[in-house]
Amino acid sequence: MSAVTRIDARFKELAGEGRAGLVTFITGGDPDYDTSLAILKSLPKAGADIIEVGVPFTDAMADGPPIQASSLRALAAGQSLKKTLAMVREFRAGDNTTPIVLMGYYNPVYIYGVEKFLKDAKEAGVDGLIVVDLPPEEDEELCLPAMKAGINFIRLATPTTDDKRLPAVLKNTSGFVYYVSIAGVSGAASPQATNVIEAVTRIKRHTNLPIAVGFGLKTPEHARAIASGADAAVVGSALVEAVRLTLDEKARATPKTVKAVTDLVSALAEGVRSARRKAAE
Amino acid sequence: MNTRVNSLRTGPDERGHFGIFGGRFVAETLMPLVLDLEKAYDDAKQDPAFKKEMDYHLKHFVGRPSPLYFADRLTQHFGGAKIYFKREDLNHTGAHKVNNVLGQIMLAKRMNKPRVIAETGAGMHGVATATLCAKFGLQCVVFMGSVDVARQEPNVLRMRALGAEVRPVESGSKTLKDAMNEALRDWVTNVHDTFYCIGTVAGPHPYPAMVRDFQCVIGDETKSQIMELEGRLPNTLVACIGGGSNAMGLFHPFLDDRDVEIYGVEAAGHGLDKQHAASLAGGRPGVLHGNRTYLLMNEDGQIEEAHSISAGLDYPGIGPEHSWLHEIGRVKYLSATDDEALKAFQLCSRLEGIIPALEPSHALAKLEQLAHGKPKDHIIVVNLSGRGDKDLASVAGYINQKMSA
Repeated sequence: MSAVTRIDARFKELAGEGRAGLVTFITGGDPDYDTSLAILKSLPKAGADIIEVGVPFTDAMADGPPIQASSLRALAAGQSLKKTLAMVREFRAGDNTTPIVLMGYYNPVYIYGVEKFLKDAKEAGVDGLIVVDLPPEEDEELCLPAMKAGINFIRLATPTTDDKRLPAVLKNTSGFVYYVSIAGVSGAASPQATNVIEAVTRIKRHTNLPIAVGFGLKTPEHARAIASGADAAVVGSALVEAVRLTLDEKARATPKTVKAVTDLVSALAEGVRSARRKAAE
Repeated sequence: MNTRVNSLRTGPDERGHFGIFGGRFVAETLMPLVLDLEKAYDDAKQDPAFKKEMDYHLKHFVGRPSPLYFADRLTQHFGGAKIYFKREDLNHTGAHKVNNVLGQIMLAKRMNKPRVIAETGAGMHGVATATLCAKFGLQCVVFMGSVDVARQEPNVLRMRALGAEVRPVESGSKTLKDAMNEALRDWVTNVHDTFYCIGTVAGPHPYPAMVRDFQCVIGDETKSQIMELEGRLPNTLVACIGGGSNAMGLFHPFLDDRDVEIYGVEAAGHGLDKQHAASLAGGRPGVLHGNRTYLLMNEDGQIEEAHSISAGLDYPGIGPEHSWLHEIGRVKYLSATDDEALKAFQLCSRLEGIIPALEPSHALAKLEQLAHGKPKDHIIVVNLSGRGDKDLASVAGYINQKMSA
């Protein structure tokens, strides 16, 4: 991968500041397009360094109840991959530096058409892709074409990815490595920080890429603990739960919705930023 | 393994592909487990002791070989081809599912996995899994959509009696597809001690090939039985398709016998223009549950809810090898509606004294088309994949509803 993406640039900045980054996940279109776009636009100011936008899918096999529910809310409100790309395009009109990573499952992309998707995603301002059900064994599907199109394909490494398998997982990965801190679905158990730091150290022996850690991080304290040993902390389920808790009885957004998310992001950002300061003192 | 150059029986390739179908579309957490399973299965296949033990249990526990039965009154009724039933309904646990489960549970034992999970629709795969876990002393958890828990209650009671835990699944359409999602979520959470026993010829490689291999006992027996009874191969094979394991088990040993016509029957539910479960007739290739195959979905790639009166066929996908056989045209895929299946269910019960499950009733529903008008020496084998006791309540309910409508 030759071209420097917004992701590469952002991690370079973070390294310069001597701190870890905060990666925030929201589901595109949850609870509706306009509210979701408003949340998206408010995230950088609230302290998100990188944004993952979930592409909703009916069958979120690797996700726990919070992200499953948020995907179904978005789909019920009419969200589609096309609309998710439109959201990114609207976001990009006002922000040309915050990296955007689309995260989801392969089928919507496959049905959209890989070539057309990569072209439209690049034009919309997408910087990276995380596709849960595309392991390295299926790299020809999307990973290699994405690299060619100048979009980072970010791979998940997990507690079951042992040293023997790591090189295969890292081979075509770019942007950063997403370490899934627990064997499980998103939003379930929280990891032990010591185990995570050990795993990050292990992965660092195999790659120079930054390592973001996610799954099960819910509070500013979790984020701080993880940020002391990784290059970024990822929070997702807690944010979509923040959305859910503000909805009215018909699952519609209320005036509290956007603020609930940005308040939590601010607190998480504070947690992440205080981690490196502590380490540096 | 048949290695003839022009054989249709050599697939999949080493990455699990049947043409463009199949593959290993799973989360990274599961990938090492899928690779371990592939290795363990390859080892077991080479081990004569594994085959010997399996043959022993197939004979003494399952009760194989199952009869190939001449259905003389149905034959008279249609006044055409000679109809045989492959009686998988007579297996212990009442369906073909046990053939595959035996193999997988023996593998679980071999891999030292003390805990087994399974998804189930009609409950026959769940019952078979619960049964063999009891026999081999393994812990068993079965995921079943809450809609199916309600419509297949006898099987829920059987699973519980066998010591299995049945977990009703409330997500999505609350049927087989969602049970499979929940089973995958459980597997990803319990990676060290758990074996995922998939009930059909779908999922990531090696499942479609492995389940097929375990089910091929159906077609292998049929071949030798028909040679003994008739001195020649049948003209036509027919079987119902949800994921397609009973069909693949019957079809596969005949794929290279090009004169044998092969028909799979999908569930057309309320009709192909309404809600149904016929992925080949009404779907297109996509990726779900670890493989690329034909799926029912909308224009955005979101999976649609299937419908069939038969819980075992109520799935928006199909095994990848069927997708391939469909595209190359070796197998012809038909479909039968809920109403057609019910009619066949009643006809078979009254004429043959055999209450078929609603799943094979879909295959029986095509006999009129396939048998009628054929010469008397035209031989048709129907895979009677399971018995219908479990369906009596839903059949009665459906008939009452129709009568009051």
